[in-house]
This record gives sequence, C-alpha cells and structure tokens, in this order.
Amino acid sequence: MNYEAVIGLEVHVQVKTRSKMFSRVPVAFGAPENTLTDPVVLGLPGALPVMNLAALDAVIKAGLMLGCEIAPVCKWDRKNYFYPDSPKNYQISQYDQPLCRGGSVEIELPGPSRNVMGEHRRVPLTRIHLEEDVGKLNHGANESLVDFNRAGTPLMEIVSEPALRSAEEAFAFLTALRAVMVCGGISDCDMEKGQLRCDANISVRPEGSPRLGTKVELKNLNSISFVRDGIAHEIRRQLAVVQSGGVIVQETRDYDGQTGASQSLRTKEQEHDYRYFPDPDLMPVAVDAAWKERIRSQCPELPFERQRRFFSEYGLPYTITSVLVVDRELSEYFEEAARLSADPLAVGNWVVNQFLRELGEGKLSFAELRRRVPPAAAAELVAEIAKGTVLTTAVAGLSAALFQADPPVGVRQAIEKAGLAQRSSGEDLERWCREAIAGNPKALADFKAGRDSAINGFKGPVMRAAKGKADPKAVDEMLRRLLKEAG
Amino acid sequence: MSAHADLDIDHVARLARLALTPEERARFASQLGGVLDHVAQLSEVDVSGIEPTAHAFPVFNVWAEDKPAPGLPVEAALRNAPAQRDHMVVVPKVVE
Repeated sequence: MNYEAVIGLEVHVQVKTRSKMFSRVPVAFGAPENTLTDPVVLGLPGALPVMNLAALDAVIKAGLMLGCEIAPVCKWDRKNYFYPDSPKNYQISQYDQPLCRGGSVEIELPGPSRNVMGEHRRVPLTRIHLEEDVGKLNHGANESLVDFNRAGTPLMEIVSEPALRSAEEAFAFLTALRAVMVCGGISDCDMEKGQLRCDANISVRPEGSPRLGTKVELKNLNSISFVRDGIAHEIRRQLAVVQSGGVIVQETRDYDGQTGASQSLRTKEQEHDYRYFPDPDLMPVAVDAAWKERIRSQCPELPFERQRRFFSEYGLPYTITSVLVVDRELSEYFEEAARLSADPLAVGNWVVNQFLRELGEGKLSFAELRRRVPPAAAAELVAEIAKGTVLTTAVAGLSAALFQADPPVGVRQAIEKAGLAQRSSGEDLERWCREAIAGNPKALADFKAGRDSAINGFKGPVMRAAKGKADPKAVDEMLRRLLKEAG
Repeated sequence: MSAHADLDIDHVARLARLALTPEERARFASQLGGVLDHVAQLSEVDVSGIEPTAHAFPVFNVWAEDKPAPGLPVEAALRNAPAQRDHMVVVPKVVE
C-alpha cells in the first residue's frame, strides 16, 4: 500500500515591538538575565496587564498580508499550566476568538534546478492569534535556572491547515512565511534569537484516504533546515511503523538537529487540562473598518507579487529576482536605481552579482550600500559601462573601488581613482598596435598566410604597452583593422 | 455535604501538582463540591436571548502605545525567589 504524509505547522513568531505585550518593560535579546521584568511580567499580586497597541497592529497587518479575515471582536484567555518558564502559571492567549482566521501563504516549491522557478501554490491557514512568550530555562546538571527576560514578549501563533505533504513543502512554507513577516516589518524572524519557532504535526495515511492518521507533534525545530530534516525523519519513522504493521501512538517528540534523531517526550496534556477561561483583567479588542484600513495602507507589496512585477516591468530573469525579492530594502534599492537607468537588467546584475558580494565581504549594511553607492550612482555606473568608458574586465575592481572608498566617491571619481578608465579608445591604442605589428614580422607573415591565431602574437606587447588597461575586445578589433589595411 | 458528581478531585489535584492525603482528599472534595453547587445556582437563571460575553461592561480596546519604560532591577525581581544563582531563579531540574 502507498502512504502519504499530512503535515500541519504551528509557527510562533515574535512580534517586533519595543515593549512587552501587556506591560511597557522593554523587549531585547541578549540583555543580562532578569533585567527585563516588572510586576506584570512576573505576575506579582495586583499587577494589571495593558495591551500593546503596536503588537495588535502588527498581527492585523500579518492577517491582512496573508488574506485572513480579521475578527471584528476578540478576547483574551488564560491558558493554565505549571511550568517554571511561565511566571504566572498561566499564559495570556486567545483560545476561541483569534484575531485572524483563514488566509493562506503562497509558497514556491523547489524547481527542477536552482535557476528555474518552481511551482507555486497556496497553503491555507487556520488562524493567527496573539499571546505572550514565556521565559527561558537553562538546564544545569542538577537544577534549572530561569531567566524571565523573554517572558511577556508579544508572540504570534500562526497555524496552518494540515495541508502540507512533504518536508520540502514545509520548508517552502516557512521560507515564504518568513519573507512576508520580514517584508511587513512584523518580525525579524531570526531563528537563532528564537524569533521564529516551529512545531510540526505529522501523520501518515493510505494515499487518497479522507481520514487523518494519528498525529505526532515534533517540537524544537529551531532552524528552517531542521524543520525540513526533522519532518523528513519523522515521515520515514512513521512509514516504517505502519508498513511493518505497527500503530502510530499520539505523542510529542523532540527532534535533535545535531544528531538527526528524535525521542518521545512526556504524554501531551489533554487540551481541556489547560482550563482556558476569559482573562478578567483584559477587555476585549474590537477592530473596526477604519482600523483595518489604516493598517491596510501600511501593507507593503508581498515578495512574490513583487517578483512577478519585476519579471514584467523590468524583464529580470528568475535568478536575479529570487535574490532581490526576499529582501525588501534590496528590492527598493534596485527599483530606485532601475528607474533611473536605461538598462534595468544590467542594474539587477550589478546589484545581485557585485554589490551583494561587496556587502558580504565588507560585512556592510544596506544603509552603507545606500551611502556608498546611492541608487543614482548605480544607474550612472551602468551608463558609463554602456558607453564603454570602463574596461569590461575591470568590473569587479570598480565595484570594490566604490565600496572601499570611505568617505564615498562618485562613479567617475572611482573610475579615475582606481585607474580603470579605458585608455585604449584613442590614438594610444592604434600606436601600440602598429608598434606590435611592426615588432613581430613572423606573426605578421603567419597571419597573412591565413593562420588566424597568429594575431595573438601581437596582443601581449599591446597589453604590456597599455599596462593591462586595454580592452581585449578593442585590441582585437584594432589589430584586425590594421592588419587588413596592411593587406 | 457529599462530593459533587462532576468533580474528579484526583484530576484537579494532579493539575495543581498537589499530593493529597486521603483525609485531605475527602475534605477538599467536599469543600470544592460545595463551591460547585453554589456556583451552579447561576444555571437556574434564564439567559436565553442574552449574548455570551467575557465581560459585564461593553468596554473595548484598552491599550497603551508601545513606549518602553523601566522595569524592575534584577535584585527586586528576584526578591521572592526561594533560591537564586547568577541572577536567575533556581528551580528543580526540569526536562520536558
């Protein structure tokens, strides 16, 4: 019998705010332990939570960008459980009235090769709700140490329908979701800082069966690659069980990305054990049309929409757009330069092939890109190259010259300073070529006798005379013209 | 008062991480049962035609702008901790 896998993801995304979800103590990563708490975060008696408007705005924005229905009214619930990372012994969450319902994430499946666009499809979402993060446990040999700095950070939970069929699809889903969150300024989604975390519910069933199999929850998938590897591993494990006549037990398993193995965790508490009830300290949220419109006007173009526009508006190939559109700042930079240029494709090539490398090598920010090579300079650069002012062989050097100059220099100045200007366009080149031909009668004879490659015998002396700053193509053309004249 | 029919005192004790002696079990079952019976009187009120609500007052959208303010110094934050080390609360080792 053939089996198929069914995967649903629960993705936790920290909302990028300056203060916490229900109090104004700052949010920060890497602060000294327990320096980001207050009576609300610690759940001290009498402390009252007050919602963070920016966190609500961000989740509404996420919902609108993903096509969710925004609840006209939603409330807050307490999810009760004991665990040392939860200072109040309950987590404020949204149980039966999430802020967003439905919606979908457009994903791109792997193409036949890296250079070819893969199939796109939409993965439906169940809901998005807002809650608060918990603290962090540091496990020692005999005891655990608790740091509550992270507790109370606004946290979005994005739940997909069980609509994913493979580890690759889950990977594509997270990649696309992260791109939307980053593009919308909703979260930085830095997995190393725990800003995006993923649990996966995985089951297998006979192919085409309408019923879902028993699901296993895979936890602690703390990098997008681990998500892919962990899910692939779990699907293989379940297939091995059912194909040998075994039964899948509902459980939570922990995936260790380092070893590539998973192990069973404690039996999952039943849902009703959380004893959800409305939080009496928090009034409900009512989202009216005006609020939604205010947020809608702040929603940027989605990455895949932008990619389609870059195809049609600038004629860029997939390989360039796939690099540009994952980053909003880079896309905007490209577009500003492209609008000033007659050759957007050349601009795209420069940005993706040269500028990104310079940024990477110099560990420079996008702000530095704009400072050192403003969009207008990128357009000017492309124009200068089109005019033939710069040697085509000197492109990398010019890129480096632009980026290494601090304070920044203009394009013309960089070309001059780096000594990359084409010296061979004028009389010099002709003189060098004549001298080279005169200096090598044997090559001249060979060439006249019909041995075309003999022309290479002249090129070395020309390049030496030009100190390497002659365009090989121009040298070749000049030599051929002169040899023809010499007949 | 006898134990309430819907009350599973062992389950409640497990959720509360309490180990009850047989005597405590009987006493709390009786007391909690009494609380449930008392609250159950509310079910006698006719609420047909009334919208369920989480709050008694029609107040919505009580929020603050996202402007950070200072919190507690670490010494104050840990004052209630039974044990602390390296500015963190020490708890028995928990491995999920």
